[in-house]
Amino acid sequence: MKYWKSFGELNETEAHKKLSNDEFQEELPFESADKGGLNTPASRRDFLKYLGFSTTAAAIAASCEMPVKKAIPFTNKPEDIIPGIAYYYATTYVEDGDAVSVLAKVRDGRPIKIEGNELSPITQGGTSARVQASVLDLYDTARLRFPMIDNKEVTLEAIDKSVSPALSNLSGAPIVILTSSVTSPTTKEAINQFISKYPGSRHVIHDAVSCTGMLLANEASYGKKAIPSYRFDNAKAIVSIGADFLGTWISPIEFARQYSKGKKIDEKHPEMSKHIHFETVLSITGANADQRYLHRPSETGAIALALLNAVNGQGVNGISDATLKAGIEKAAKELSAQHGAALVVCGSNDVNVQMIINAINEALGAGGKTIDWSTTINSKQGIDSDFAKLLDDMNAGSVGALLIHGANPVYSWFDSEKVRNAIKKVRVTVSFNYKKDETTQLCKYIIPDHHYLESWGDAEPKSGYYSLMQPAIYPLFKTRQWQDSLLKWSGAATDYLGFVKQYWMGKLGSEMAWDKALQDGVINPGRVTNNVTSGNSSDSTAAKNNTTPSPVATGGTFNSANVATATSAINSAKKVGNTELVLYQKVGIGAGHGAGNPWLQELPDPITRATWDNYVIISPAMAKTLLDIDLSIDAQADAYEVHPAKKVVKVTVNNKSINLPALIIPGTHPKTIGIALGYGRTKEIGKAAEGVGQNVYSFASFNGTSIDFTNANAAIEVTGDLYDVAITQTHSSYDTPQGKRTEVMKELTLNDFKKHPDEIVEERAEELKPWGGLENYTTQGTIYPYYDKPGIKWGMSVDLNSCIGCGACVVACNAENNIPVVGKNEVKRFHEMHWMRIDRYYSGSLDNPNVVFQPLMCQHCDNAPCENVCPVAATSHNSEGINQMIYNRCIGTRYCANNCPYKVRRFNWADYTLADSFPNNQNQTGVGELDPIVFEMNDDLTRMVLNPDVTVRSRGVIEKCSFCIQRTQEGKLRAKNESRPLKSGENNEWDVRTACQQSCPTNAIVFGNVNDKHSAITITRAENFKRTFYSLEQIHTLPNVNYLAKVRNVEEDENATEHEG
Amino acid sequence: MSHLRSITQKLTAAFIITFLFFTTYTLDAQDGQQLFSQNCASCHAVNKRLTGPALAGVEERGPWRDRKEIYAWVHNPPAFMKTNPYTAGLQKEYQTVMTPFPSLSEKDIDAILTYIKKAPPPAAPGTSTAAQQTAESGDSTLLFGILTLILAIVAFVLLQVNANLKKLADDKEGVPAYEPIPFYRNRGYITFATLILFLLGGYWTVAGAIGLGRTQSYEPQQPIYYSHKVHAGTNQISCLYCHGNAQDGKQANIPSINICMNCHMAINEYKGQPITDADGKEINGTAEIQKLYKYAAFEYGKPWDASKAKPVEWSRIHNLPDHVYFNHAQHVTAGKVQCQTCHGEITKMDEVYQFAPLSMGWCVNCHRTTAVQFNDNGFYSIYEKYHDELKNHTLDSITVEKIGGTECQKCHY
Repeated sequence: MKYWKSFGELNETEAHKKLSNDEFQEELPFESADKGGLNTPASRRDFLKYLGFSTTAAAIAASCEMPVKKAIPFTNKPEDIIPGIAYYYATTYVEDGDAVSVLAKVRDGRPIKIEGNELSPITQGGTSARVQASVLDLYDTARLRFPMIDNKEVTLEAIDKSVSPALSNLSGAPIVILTSSVTSPTTKEAINQFISKYPGSRHVIHDAVSCTGMLLANEASYGKKAIPSYRFDNAKAIVSIGADFLGTWISPIEFARQYSKGKKIDEKHPEMSKHIHFETVLSITGANADQRYLHRPSETGAIALALLNAVNGQGVNGISDATLKAGIEKAAKELSAQHGAALVVCGSNDVNVQMIINAINEALGAGGKTIDWSTTINSKQGIDSDFAKLLDDMNAGSVGALLIHGANPVYSWFDSEKVRNAIKKVRVTVSFNYKKDETTQLCKYIIPDHHYLESWGDAEPKSGYYSLMQPAIYPLFKTRQWQDSLLKWSGAATDYLGFVKQYWMGKLGSEMAWDKALQDGVINPGRVTNNVTSGNSSDSTAAKNNTTPSPVATGGTFNSANVATATSAINSAKKVGNTELVLYQKVGIGAGHGAGNPWLQELPDPITRATWDNYVIISPAMAKTLLDIDLSIDAQADAYEVHPAKKVVKVTVNNKSINLPALIIPGTHPKTIGIALGYGRTKEIGKAAEGVGQNVYSFASFNGTSIDFTNANAAIEVTGDLYDVAITQTHSSYDTPQGKRTEVMKELTLNDFKKHPDEIVEERAEELKPWGGLENYTTQGTIYPYYDKPGIKWGMSVDLNSCIGCGACVVACNAENNIPVVGKNEVKRFHEMHWMRIDRYYSGSLDNPNVVFQPLMCQHCDNAPCENVCPVAATSHNSEGINQMIYNRCIGTRYCANNCPYKVRRFNWADYTLADSFPNNQNQTGVGELDPIVFEMNDDLTRMVLNPDVTVRSRGVIEKCSFCIQRTQEGKLRAKNESRPLKSGENNEWDVRTACQQSCPTNAIVFGNVNDKHSAITITRAENFKRTFYSLEQIHTLPNVNYLAKVRNVEEDENATEHEG
Repeated sequence: MSHLRSITQKLTAAFIITFLFFTTYTLDAQDGQQLFSQNCASCHAVNKRLTGPALAGVEERGPWRDRKEIYAWVHNPPAFMKTNPYTAGLQKEYQTVMTPFPSLSEKDIDAILTYIKKAPPPAAPGTSTAAQQTAESGDSTLLFGILTLILAIVAFVLLQVNANLKKLADDKEGVPAYEPIPFYRNRGYITFATLILFLLGGYWTVAGAIGLGRTQSYEPQQPIYYSHKVHAGTNQISCLYCHGNAQDGKQANIPSINICMNCHMAINEYKGQPITDADGKEINGTAEIQKLYKYAAFEYGKPWDASKAKPVEWSRIHNLPDHVYFNHAQHVTAGKVQCQTCHGEITKMDEVYQFAPLSMGWCVNCHRTTAVQFNDNGFYSIYEKYHDELKNHTLDSITVEKIGGTECQKCHY
């Protein structure tokens, strides 16, 4: 089977050959030198002149006088703080309804890194790209720094003095608190107190992308307006209809962890879950599915109905597309075969569709098994119609005051103009948002909230599972927690910290228990009484004696009365259109929160590999008709792929038009286009967001109950304009450097693996036969001597079966290793600096390919081609197997990068970090103008995020993955200081984990000492020997990173038919 | 004479032992010394009143003639005080009660008392034999230099004599002689001299260029004339009492003001040996303590409010370039290297200067020759191959270099 990242690779075009041959895509500057010799603008003689002058100048400058450096100690040093030692504080990442228990790494008073909290049973230490990037938001220069009235700075006292009477003088008009989903029990309590102080006021929840459909469907089916817990780990058959549960749907970190459990393979008894995915444009969940079927957005309801019928044994009807019909039959068969261990989820926001999904799950016996009603997920609470009603009230002038926190409806409501007008009709408007976002700009009073790393608080991501929030840094600006404002205005005596403490002391019983809970960061079921919402002191004794055990999974009582009405509603709903539109969320940017974060903007989208933009996703088939690009023709594929300029299309929906560039993405339904939400922000969100992409919320529509993010009647036409998109798809393409192409990827089907488990081992043996075979390859395959690694030999294993491509590791690596942001223009020129990339490989048909993700970092080859060619020995091997890169020794010849078969070395083309000894060296001829965001990242405030244990690299040096050398050194030192062997994963105790490993929500990456017989890496490699392979093993680089082959749970014959289709 | 030698030997031993924080010694008095500097020295000196009384002759005072009373007191002073009027008097005099040390065993206390008994009376510093030895070794280079110079002059004179004799002989034999050329116009000499100058000039230039940015012997003026000789030398305060973070972290911190005030709340004047700075000017120790009080916003005899203090802006002496990672804990705790190895004889420095060049060659040389705590530290149990080789005596010791201590990315990342 052939694996390809780009269309050029698929067709093996000239452009691709050039790309994979050359590390650097710039023309070498030989031409000018050849032409004129001494007449060229910068001749060799000039060069020597400048070199001589600058050396002398530097010598004179350096020898004049050494600057006197000051060392200023504490005046009164707290006993538990040691300068230079990092401390970890358990806290909670909260963004709208998403709450993730995390640890904030604090170095000398500055939070610099976020790690997952392993005590949380929900995430079990996993994080996402957005959680990892959230520490940078703390140091965002676009944050509001002080309270404002009418955009003028005021003190908190002044604003309190002005707001309190304003709220009391509304002459009966109600106050509305408008928030995004609130999971914090104490915040809810504070809101309740406020509401009881101002009778008639109410709390409205508005989520930018809501789960209204599910909430209302569950109310109709089960009598509970809530979302149950899903247990993907218990499911042996999973069918998803457009739910991107590994990327953006409800609780992706939790689901990813559960899902990966079902995908872990035991070599002796190879079994795994089966995942069938129906979707319109390719998501990362679809990319991970065993089988994937395409449909139009308007067919979602029909598919759900057909699946219900099929599961009930009535056969598939109402589906015209043959492949899709077969897919539904297949799905029904798999689901029925796993009664009680089957799960169907759906991403639709339509109440009727979700009711049908409930009926399917009920028919499959999912309740109490794969769907657990004993605990509910609280991350999505907003009901779209509530907000629509609020808008009408506001427009009618019947709302006296509007207090906004978290929500930003001017940006995220489809009818932005209506929201604007409505806000203008409210007498008192207060915003607590921490940036001057689109809604906040219209508010009279602004009291910016703290960042979560500066806040006290709590969260209840799932009922009964609590997570506490404590500050990791003193507030940077004159901000105040919004709960403090609420409490103050409702006349409470305590501040919010006192309020939170009092609340939890009541639940937990003692100061000691509260301290313990704060230290752990989580309170799990079994620690507190069930009826937490009614907190009073008499509960405390009950809390101690009468704790509830961890909840047992239960199903709900299903009410089937609505299924018939839902069916008829779906049948009479919208008709299939010619071109249909779907609005989706990206893993990094989400509904728009990530837009101001440079790390997330520069994180390549897992599927499209594009950075810094949103765009219209179209299928290769549509490209042929619409853009006149036939990807099977080499020249056309190259013309499309090599240049960043993409054709701009005009998309029109409901008479609203937006121009965006079009990207051709395999795996898109031919009649469907997709556009990402969350872009098109104003400059107030930050330099990273300004002018990036377009806001497409206006393409959504409201059907009276819920917001619909699809549209069956979209018009698309070519405008003739071009627009540059920075796509990393073709960057760092690599394959066998000599002669015949061999695939870098190995993959199996589950059946294959069962029937022929040694397939990969045999394949490897065959490849290595000329050089001593598997056994003697290390020593016989080379003329170089083999060096001993006497104590520690670091190794890494990446399980491609677990990797879902979410990008958390890439952002974690950015944060840990001070990797610079280079901006869109530099990414366009192949200059991105990420030390690790996740290569997305397609295989199979162009229209609906299979996808494999391969995280690729420096392979730390024991026989590294880069080391031999460095003229100054700036890169060398150490006795622990790490390929070292010494920045201060590097002179920038880039020979190493040219000789690296994996293309993992990065060159600092410009002074991205302001680390250069010479000021103002960032913009100069040859480098070109850098994007403003590069300078923004070097702002004094933003630089506080830098990891002081890692050198900030300057212009003209190569850098690459170091296996987190600062972490290996720190871990070794800890073991030495305690005079004990290094803990490398035995009993899940770790001295050293790399940043990528620690951030991974699915534990796909294992790292440790290969020489230690009990280490996790040794055990992983031994237990998975039959799936182990090394990338480009036959060129004898002897990498220290191995991969475990992806196993896809499909039957052989099906795969073959898919190829034909 | 022999008596004098024994005193100087003891003194030397005392100086050295003060800074062996980690090595365990079997001898009682030495144990006692270690225990004393770890537990007592922050408030007590043997011959000096600090926060607490001087401990010399303690066993002849008050209730302390009975050892059991001492044990009881050390383990729980507040409880003891209730029963004993003498200690109540002490509290009045010193305005504070001693910290309890329940962890000190009776044997430990015995050892400390033995040390106190045996501790020498205050003596003039700077008479150690070690210093004399270094001075001697310094002399020999000079001696060789002078010898070389004398030999060179002798050779030169002999050459001249030889030339004159040859001329005389030539005259005698009637061989026509050229006009003698003075040595300063002799081509041979000129070439030789030029060559020497060129080599020396080249050497100085290269050495100077390599030394650019290095600041060996750097001794900046500090805002307070803080004498390490007085604190670490005369008063034998352990280095780690003030620079304790050197055990745990990357930085050996500069002590915060509250550390200074632990003792200087009580010690407000300097009564020791006169201190003179590098220019020979006498330093008024008491005035320097007053400077500290100014930073600390402290008035003698009144309670101290630490929140009003202002930090002292010390001039940093040891500066490593940004691309070097250095960790104190690695050397002090894991490597058990003594502070003096890199910082010189701090106990004899009034104002501290940079003792070592802190160059990469200096670091690497030490890593090549220093043996790691290979058998004592459990971490190294994974190096099975080396343990075998040590057993077979194919290896004598494991140097830092052997375990990768000279690899680039041990310090540059």
